[in-house]
Parts: sequence; structure tokens; C-alpha cells
Amino acid sequence: MTQIDDQNNILEVNNLTKFFPIKSGFFKRVVGHVRAVDDVSFTLKQGETLGLVGESGCGKTTASRCVLRAIDPTSGQINFTTSNGNNVDMAALSNREIRPIRKEIQMIFQDPFSSLNARMTLLDIVGEPLLVNGMKNREERLERVSELLTLVGLRPEYMQRYPHAFSGGERQRIGIARALALNPRVVVADEPVSALDVSVQAQVINLLMDLQEQLKLTYLFVAHDLSVVKQISDRVAVMYVGKMVEIADTNKLFEKPLHPYTEALLNAVPVPDPRQRKTEKKHLSGEVANPANPPQGCYFNPRCPYVQDICKTTKPTLEEVKPGRFVSCHRAKELDLSGIIK
Amino acid sequence: MTTEEKNILIEEDVVSVASQWQLMWWRFKKHKAALIATTIVILFYLIAIFAPFLASSNPNESNVPVAYLPPQTIKFFDGGIRPVVHEVIGSRDPETYKKVYTTDPNNKLPVKFFVDGYEWKLFGFIKTTKHLYAVEDKEGNIISPYLLGSDKQGRDLLARILIGTRLSLSIGLIGVTFSLILGIVLGGASGYYGGWIDTIVQRIIEITRSIPTIPLWIALGASVPRDWSVVKIYFAITIIISLFVWTDLGRVVRGRFLALREEDFVTAAKLAGASDRRIILRHMVPYFASHLIASTSLAIPFMIISETALSFLGLGLRPPAVSWGVLLQAAQNVQTVALYWWLTLPAVPVTIAVLAFNFMGDGLRDAADPYG
Repeated sequence: MTQIDDQNNILEVNNLTKFFPIKSGFFKRVVGHVRAVDDVSFTLKQGETLGLVGESGCGKTTASRCVLRAIDPTSGQINFTTSNGNNVDMAALSNREIRPIRKEIQMIFQDPFSSLNARMTLLDIVGEPLLVNGMKNREERLERVSELLTLVGLRPEYMQRYPHAFSGGERQRIGIARALALNPRVVVADEPVSALDVSVQAQVINLLMDLQEQLKLTYLFVAHDLSVVKQISDRVAVMYVGKMVEIADTNKLFEKPLHPYTEALLNAVPVPDPRQRKTEKKHLSGEVANPANPPQGCYFNPRCPYVQDICKTTKPTLEEVKPGRFVSCHRAKELDLSGIIK
Repeated sequence: MTTEEKNILIEEDVVSVASQWQLMWWRFKKHKAALIATTIVILFYLIAIFAPFLASSNPNESNVPVAYLPPQTIKFFDGGIRPVVHEVIGSRDPETYKKVYTTDPNNKLPVKFFVDGYEWKLFGFIKTTKHLYAVEDKEGNIISPYLLGSDKQGRDLLARILIGTRLSLSIGLIGVTFSLILGIVLGGASGYYGGWIDTIVQRIIEITRSIPTIPLWIALGASVPRDWSVVKIYFAITIIISLFVWTDLGRVVRGRFLALREEDFVTAAKLAGASDRRIILRHMVPYFASHLIASTSLAIPFMIISETALSFLGLGLRPPAVSWGVLLQAAQNVQTVALYWWLTLPAVPVTIAVLAFNFMGDGLRDAADPYG
């Protein structure tokens, strides 16, 4: 059993990796691996929201699902402090052993259409976690489900309805109600608003923030929309091709990124101000590295505008350059990068 | 609130709480051809159950004096209020020795309804002698009019077609049940576990499907011993056909399992702590049950056609079993078809049944995913 260093940390992920084998040929021989998550470490503090960002395919969803053990990680540790104070390494538990811990760490899905079973009523969907965790009494479940639906802003009278009667935003609320059914302490939200209309996005984000305050939740918030992340996150972790490149407090990161990739990401955010459209934008050239065949040295080196010889040969490691600021770049201390908050 | 608004509100609520099967039924109802086809299918199975009631002559009783009798017609308006059948007189053509039949319009035999004839068993155990209609001849004997003519041994073709419905249609149902069991077990294992099980099952399916069916059926049909009873042969033929049909269903089941395994709601159930059993039975099976029903109903006509073809070729059921394919065996040569055209009539119910099943299956398939 491993010890969590900081008492404030509810979850510590150390050196998490997930490789997907590439099989080919008649006998399905393994010819290589996709390094979806490659030696990723981060922590979640009690009650905070950690935004996990990066472009499509950078492994943020895989990493978040590994934390939930929805997929089994290849290696690494996921140290979790359970409600009764025990520290467990979730990565080392068997599927049976993990069951009692599952209710403490729940998930909100990206697609509100595929995440709800269309063949079940709201009562059955939201009540399922309760049922399989021992609440056999229907009356009790009915009461809890109506409580949950009220909590997420839906009318409890809708309980007998099927998901097809609801809009995307309402469905996402149903998904949130299901995730909260077992009183989890950590909620992993996998792009919970990216499938919704912008107007509805704001409502759902506000709901998530209210719920966090009310229920003292800790969020791991996976997203690619930086404006959403900026609004909800206390800290932000940036991933690139399966690697963690930077972790920092939200404001500090937006003010002054330390990794060239973070700078490029921030600069790609569209500015809703027509007077600024003439200003020079730094765009990245080249393609995202192939996680099955990443480049030598720093994975970002073929696209990095500040590249030097060392970047092409040596992999940088994630280091704490200032208190609470982690960055994985050889030149972190010398570069002066620009953020988007002045 | 006006009544119209109220109606809209009520309607909306009904849709909101409508289950999958209700939504499917609403969509299926819109498919008129499928509805008609379903009615026909139901009629066919009713005919199979009540076949002896619908024809008054015993399908297995030969009556050589009236061999190859052409179809007789019931005259509904022939003087009296009762429908009648004209008596038939058979004689030999002195030149060709061919049997010729002439009707005698003066000799009217009245058609009677709900008459007592030969004994049969409803559902296999309720003994009855009732038949829907028959005619009474001069001597007071109850005989059946040969509405579709008779065969070489003077047996009533209509009675034989009706009784043949039982074997021809039940082979579809029983065969499909066998295929379903094979398809769900093998296809399900293939899709759920994946890996080498999947590889093996998929290769078996590919090999099975690449074998030319007719030669294989001939071989398998020939290997069924001649001295087996009708029931044994029936089951052997059913199993032979379903060994081919399960591959389709197996693929459907596997595909569904593969697709559903990755669905978010399945992950959600897993994260909630649901067991594999619950995930399969509560989440996955209801999702593909409707597709499975549709695929199954499309597999039945294939079974019917296969049985008919095999029996026609003499490889399937053999007399004294009566099925549509067995009846069509009598129409195998040009001479019979030219002289006694009515012997090809068993092809008509085959066509209608297969079409009806296909239309019904199409309708079911369209309705199977009411959320799509």
C-alpha cells in the first residue's frame, strides 16, 4: 500500500501508461503499440477542479478512463484516498476488489445520447447504481431518484419518461444525476459540455459548479475548449501525444505558459473582438506526432518554434519549476512565452 | 386550454413514456405492406393448425377412380339457394386410353357446411370429425369437392396443400430456433470475448458460407438413411438447413455485441458496479432483441424455400410426409405439367408465404430501431 504524501490530495496518479497493441496479420501478432497515455503523473486535491486539456487524440480521455478503471492501465499507480481514510492503489486492484471503490469515483460522459440506455426510463437509469449497490427497495429508490432529479434541475415527475423525450442538455443533466447517485467524492467529467449548444453549455457548467460547492465534489474535467476550462478549473493540466507537458494554476497558466505547446494552444483560442483580428497569431506547423511512432527526444520538437539540439535527442521530464508549476521542457526557465490574459 | 392543445399535450406525454416496443409497434403500423404481410403470415399458421377442418377429404386417402381429376368449381347461383357442385363422370377415351372427365350439369350435389367427415385431432389431442364443407352424393356419402383437382392416386390436392402447410411452415420455425440458439451462443461468445474465440468462430462462418450449398445438401440429404421415420428425417433436414442459416444470425449477434461493448451506457453500468450478467441481460440483449427478431423473420422464408427445394429434388422430406416441396415432386416432368397443370399449384402458397415473410421482416427491420 502506498502513502499519499499530501493530506489534501484525494487522488495521486503516478507514471500512468496505457499502450494499445497494434495487431496485424492472420495470427494477430503484436507489431507495435499506440502510446495513448505515456508516463503521466498528476494529483487531484480535495475539492478542486483539475482541467485536463489537449487536442483530439492526445490521450486525455484514455487517461481519465484509466483513472476510473473503465480501461485497465498498462502500468502506473492510481492512489486514491477512500472515504474511510484508506489509501488504495486502484491500478493494482482486481475487477472484483475495485467494486466497492467504484461508487466513490464516478463519471459524466461526453455524448448524452449514447450514455443513456434508450430502453430504460429515467427511474431505471438513475436508479441503476442504487439498485446494483444494494438499494433493493423500490420506494426508497424512487425517493432518492426524485431527490437527484431535483438536484440537477429536472422535474421528478419525468421519472417514468424515456430519454428520447429529452433534449441534449436535459439528457446531460440525467447523466449527472446518475453520476451523483452514489454520493461520489470524485467525478471524472469527460468533455461533459462539448456535445451541447453553447447556451446550454453555460447552464451545465453552472450546474456542475453549484453541485461542486453543495456536495464538496472533486472534479477531473476533461475538455478541449479552453474557455470552458478557464471558467471551471482551479488548475489545468495540458497533455500532448500521451505526455503531460504542463500543470499549473489556471490563471497563471493563462497569463504566462511555460511550455511552447501550451502557448500555441492558448493562442489558437479565437478572440471575440473584431479589432484584434489583425494581430499576429502564432500557428503551429506540421502534424500531431503519431503516438504509435513518436519522434526522438521531446515529442513536440518537430513543431516547436523554440527547438534546440537537446530537444531532438533527450526526452524532457515533468519538473516542478516553481511551487505548483510543473512543466516538461528543456528550455522552460529561459523562454518568455505569451499568454492570453494581460 | 382548448381541447386541441390538450390533445397535443396528451399525445406528447404518451410518446415520452412510450417503451421501445410501443415505439416499434407505432412505426411498424405505418408500414402497410408489412401489416398486410403479417396478417397473411398469421393466416398461414392458422391454416396449419386447422388444415383438416378446411378440407373434408383425408389427404392421405387414395381414390384411384378419380385420379388426375381437374379442379372442380362450386356453382353459387345454379338454380337453388344452395351452392352446388356438378357431378363428375369419368370415362376412358377409346383412342388414347386417357381418362376424361365430364361434368353433368343436371346432377347437382349440394354443398353442406360443418359436416361430419373423417376423424382428426385439433392441437393433436382434441378428437373431432367436423369439417367446414363437403358435398353429399346420391347415396348419401360425404365427399369432398376436388377444388384444386386430384393427383395420380386421386387424393385431394387442396387437402394435401393445406396439410403440407404444417411441415413447410414449421420447418421454418423450428429451423430458425436451432439457428438462433447456435447464432446467439457462438455469435455472442465471438463478440463478447473477442480474441481467439472470435477468430475461430468467424473462420467457421466464412468456411460454411463459402461451400456451395446445393452439392453439400445433396451429400447431406443422401446421407440421411432411407429407413428413417418421417419425424427423424424431418429433424435431420431441419438441422441441415439451420447449419447454414445460423451464420447470418451469428454475425448479427456478434456485430451487436461488438458495437454495444463500446457504448457509453454500458461503461456507465460497469462503473456503477453492475455485474457482467446484468450488463448483458439488462443492457445489451434488449438493445439487439429487436434486430434479432427482424433478422430471424428474414431467415424463415429462406428456410421454407430451402425445404421446398430439397424436397423437390428428393433430398428432403419424402412421401408419405406431405409438404409443399413433396407435392411439387409430382410436377417434376414436362408431361405432367402439360397435362395436369394443377399439380404445380403447391408453388403458389410457397411464393405467397415467402413474400409475406419477407415483407414482414422488412417492416420489422425498419421498425427495429425506433431511436435511429
